[in-house]
Amino acid sequence: MTRQRFSALSLFLRGLSRHRSWQIQWRKPTPKPAYDAVIVGGGGHGLGAAYYLAAEHGMTNIAVLEKSWIGGGNTGRNTTIIRSNYLFDESAALYDHSVKLWEDLAQVLNYNVMFSPRGVMMLAHTVHDMQSAQRHIHANRCNGVDNEWLTPEQAKEFCPALNIGSNIRYPVLGAALQRRGGTARHDAVAWGYARAADALGVDIIENCEVTGMIRDPSGAIAGLETSRGEIRTRKVGVSAAGNTSVVMRLAGVDLPLESYPLQALVSEPIKPVFPCVVMSNTVHAYISQSDKGELVIGAGTDAYTSYTQRGALHINNHTLDAICELFPMFRRMRMLRNWGGIVDVTPDRSPIIAKTPVPGLYVNCGWGTGGFKATPGSAHVFAWTIARDEPHPINAAFNIERFREGRLIGEAAAAAVAH
Amino acid sequence: MLIIDCPYCGKRPEIEFSYGGQAHIARPVQPADYDDEQWTGFLYMRSNERGMRAERWRHVRGCGRFFNALRDTTTDQFHGSYKVGEPRP
Ligand SMILES: [Zn+2]
Repeated sequence: MTRQRFSALSLFLRGLSRHRSWQIQWRKPTPKPAYDAVIVGGGGHGLGAAYYLAAEHGMTNIAVLEKSWIGGGNTGRNTTIIRSNYLFDESAALYDHSVKLWEDLAQVLNYNVMFSPRGVMMLAHTVHDMQSAQRHIHANRCNGVDNEWLTPEQAKEFCPALNIGSNIRYPVLGAALQRRGGTARHDAVAWGYARAADALGVDIIENCEVTGMIRDPSGAIAGLETSRGEIRTRKVGVSAAGNTSVVMRLAGVDLPLESYPLQALVSEPIKPVFPCVVMSNTVHAYISQSDKGELVIGAGTDAYTSYTQRGALHINNHTLDAICELFPMFRRMRMLRNWGGIVDVTPDRSPIIAKTPVPGLYVNCGWGTGGFKATPGSAHVFAWTIARDEPHPINAAFNIERFREGRLIGEAAAAAVAH
Repeated sequence: MLIIDCPYCGKRPEIEFSYGGQAHIARPVQPADYDDEQWTGFLYMRSNERGMRAERWRHVRGCGRFFNALRDTTTDQFHGSYKVGEPRP
């Protein structure tokens, strides 16, 4: 079916007819009895994988099953930060693959994902932070990932709201800046992939929960039992974020994952005052300003595992304490909304994008607190893994066996995040 | 914020406690006899249940003692706590 193209001209022309002539962005199909492949989980990663399966691997007889609605999970619940300044070679390759896809994603999907490479600045507050940041900068440069050291004065020049005085508990001693990093519109990423995949023939089926996995006598995947009936397929890609443990256990596969609530909050909207993204892993402050004008603030995870999609107020309070010290101009602002998402965390804080012991079953999980930035790259290599039944060189190291073999990709220790 | 029932001190706010993860993970009695599969299980594999979960807490800003509790991870509601060494109720 031919689709409307989005452009400034189409916006103007449809404005003349009072915007009544826009078409729906994706169909609401009823599930077919069989598909060539099925993606479980309609977040950005799952929808993106479906899009790349159709666009790059010619697999158009596929479906995405989402137990809730598109954009209702972590894709619509994060702080939209995009960066690739990870320490280890494997991570830098994966996350930078993603940043490169972000750069022309809006053109590729014909959907304005509002990617804004406004620069991500990570603050250093201690000698250890400074050493860790410098190590990251050098490692990143060796991998072709831009990252540069700023003095406190340069950091303030880049982000005028920043307090670089010595009158705070953890003064700013410097910062690492990745200029290619930034933000994007989180919902638009899910919607854009959904629309583009749908246009290629992918069935996006919302309100459809997977309740069982059907195996053939050899043990391989033969289909899925869902709340909307049985679906036969030989390939299943699970991209279910915080619920991955639950879904994978339907096939008898245990994974080294634990699911934690991660919270974020936004302020009342104000005029543009904050030109970049600032992160501080040491004092747990993550802040940027959306195009709507809200300050978008990320907090830490709660201490305990949970599936409730909410967290404790003292976690947000802790982050707001840090924000108020670093940016005194925000002290009298009011917060508008807060929410939680459930993030699946691996022991080494690196994702798993891999084949599983069950033939025909693939998993993309373990993105923990930082999955949004990786959406295009993760989806791209996951589609490759499903289509070819072997990992792309970029995700080969992100397998399940690494925990048995001791080949961890320990980004938690590398990031010096106070987990 | 959760209200957590320390078996020694009674109900206290969550900020007095630190979390100890999944309960009843036994350390290997003979570590040398463990193969790679068993080490992977001990070190990395966790139950991560969606539902009732037995977990360790430590009343670190109180009596300082470890104990176990049952919590439903779909509601965060506690369903009792018990001392270390006692079986899961
Ligand atoms: Zn106590």
